[in-house]
Amino acid sequence: MGGESDVPFDSEADESSELSILGYPKTRRKFIKQVAGTSAAIAIGPNLLSAASLDQAEASSAAGPGTASVKVNLKINGKDYALDVDPRVTLLDALRERLHLTGSKKGCDHGQCGACTVLVNGRRINSCLSLAVTHEGDEITTIEGLANGEELHPLQSAFIEHDGFQCGYCTPGQICSAVACVKEGHANSDDEIREWMSGNICRCGAYPNILAAIKEVKTKAGV
Amino acid sequence: MNPFTYSRTNDAQQAVAEISAKPHGKFLGGGTNLIDLMKMGVETPTQLIDINKLPLAEVEDLSGGKGVRVGALARNADVAEHKLIKQRYPVLSQALLSGASPQLRNMATVGGNLLQRTRCYYFYDPAFPACNKRKPGSGCGAIEGFNRIHAILGQSDDCIATHPSDMCVALAALDAIVRVRGPNGEREIPMTDFHRLPGDTPDRDTNLKPDELIIAVDLPAMPFATRSHYLKVRDRASYAFALVSVAAAIDLGSNKKINAARLALGGVAHKPWRANAAEKKLIGQEANEKTFRAAAEAELAPAKGYKYNSFKIELAKRAIIRALSTVAEMN
Repeated sequence: MGGESDVPFDSEADESSELSILGYPKTRRKFIKQVAGTSAAIAIGPNLLSAASLDQAEASSAAGPGTASVKVNLKINGKDYALDVDPRVTLLDALRERLHLTGSKKGCDHGQCGACTVLVNGRRINSCLSLAVTHEGDEITTIEGLANGEELHPLQSAFIEHDGFQCGYCTPGQICSAVACVKEGHANSDDEIREWMSGNICRCGAYPNILAAIKEVKTKAGV
Repeated sequence: MNPFTYSRTNDAQQAVAEISAKPHGKFLGGGTNLIDLMKMGVETPTQLIDINKLPLAEVEDLSGGKGVRVGALARNADVAEHKLIKQRYPVLSQALLSGASPQLRNMATVGGNLLQRTRCYYFYDPAFPACNKRKPGSGCGAIEGFNRIHAILGQSDDCIATHPSDMCVALAALDAIVRVRGPNGEREIPMTDFHRLPGDTPDRDTNLKPDELIIAVDLPAMPFATRSHYLKVRDRASYAFALVSVAAAIDLGSNKKINAARLALGGVAHKPWRANAAEKKLIGQEANEKTFRAAAEAELAPAKGYKYNSFKIELAKRAIIRALSTVAEMN
């Protein structure tokens, strides 16, 4: 895929059926945007509620006066993308808002929670603190790019096997971070895994299960 | 985030020329602090000059046994894991690994770490009107406010912020030299002169000029730095800023006498705090707890606490004793 290649938002059908259970035949993202500013929004909590920042990101990705857009070529999950972005757009917002790769999550948006963790040239980073334009020519892997076709990445399988999540919001970041943690050779003991996964926060407290998942993959990989 | 123009360069001289022409411009390295501050509206540069492609990411052994040069764009993670650093300056590797998270260390550069800004709540959030560092003349919200993480040494009536870096504390202990390039060429700034005390101009963190680019940090040869250690005391076991930290190295003679010592403190001052008074107390003395306590007392004698941070005075003393005991017991 080349050129100006924002992909269509194709997960709408799945999300509609999920939310129709709740009586809201809308996508989860549209639903969240709709409830922004209501008491429901307050109940969800400011860190998880990304509606306001979604709007901000969308507004800032349209080149306004004085903000010349910049061309950047990215290779994401093996596909080439040529984007024209406002230089203020973070890699996370480019992935989510332009390319509709919404697996990477916006948690704190300040590099503190790790929900936005992706791999850039094989190294884990916080995509919320990195401007998209600085990644010219970089190879980026998101949670969407870990599986091999229908075959899940061993860490994805292990997270399911060990129940490594409850709400699931931190999970894409946890798994991307865990892939790097094992590859770096920082998964040799429980304490080492805890230390080297400390940049990924799980508010549900699934840490023991996340630890078990990483240990299993590390042991099976035999590295 | 305020609008800005963006440019990239792969040439250091070009980068300096660009920043000289743009007084409200900033260099962009790893961005882990700058982008965050721009989101908060604390930093509002009108131009970002992306220097990530400059060829300044190497860690090299200087010829003639002169030490090690660390390029300004070397990532914190790479410096921490580098063989030369782990072998010769373990305190620096430990300090780097105690900071931030693996993701942030993969992004953060050495030059950017030197220019980290304080995590004082009143500085970081423009909703607070008073902060002399953010807005000169507006006052200090922390002195009468919530000041648990604030300074106990070298502070002024205008600012009691602390410098947040771990790396810089190790560099201060190691007598590092910061190499910078400006429009008129290169100059060297000793690490201990790089950051400033707040005085009445806390808006200036460092002595770097606005049109200068950090190109490298030189670590002079210090054979006894193989006996060095970084101790960080914080609220969580990991991924938190230091309440107090200590970088320590000692040259121990065969008779257990201390021939030389390097000691620096983090989390206590507006700059990485080189503990000169403590070092003087250590020289020529036997390495034992009594000596270490005397050194700690001497260093903290001028310390002044505030409503929520007075605990740091005793904490700093104990951290010094423990760090020195650790290095004394190393083989």
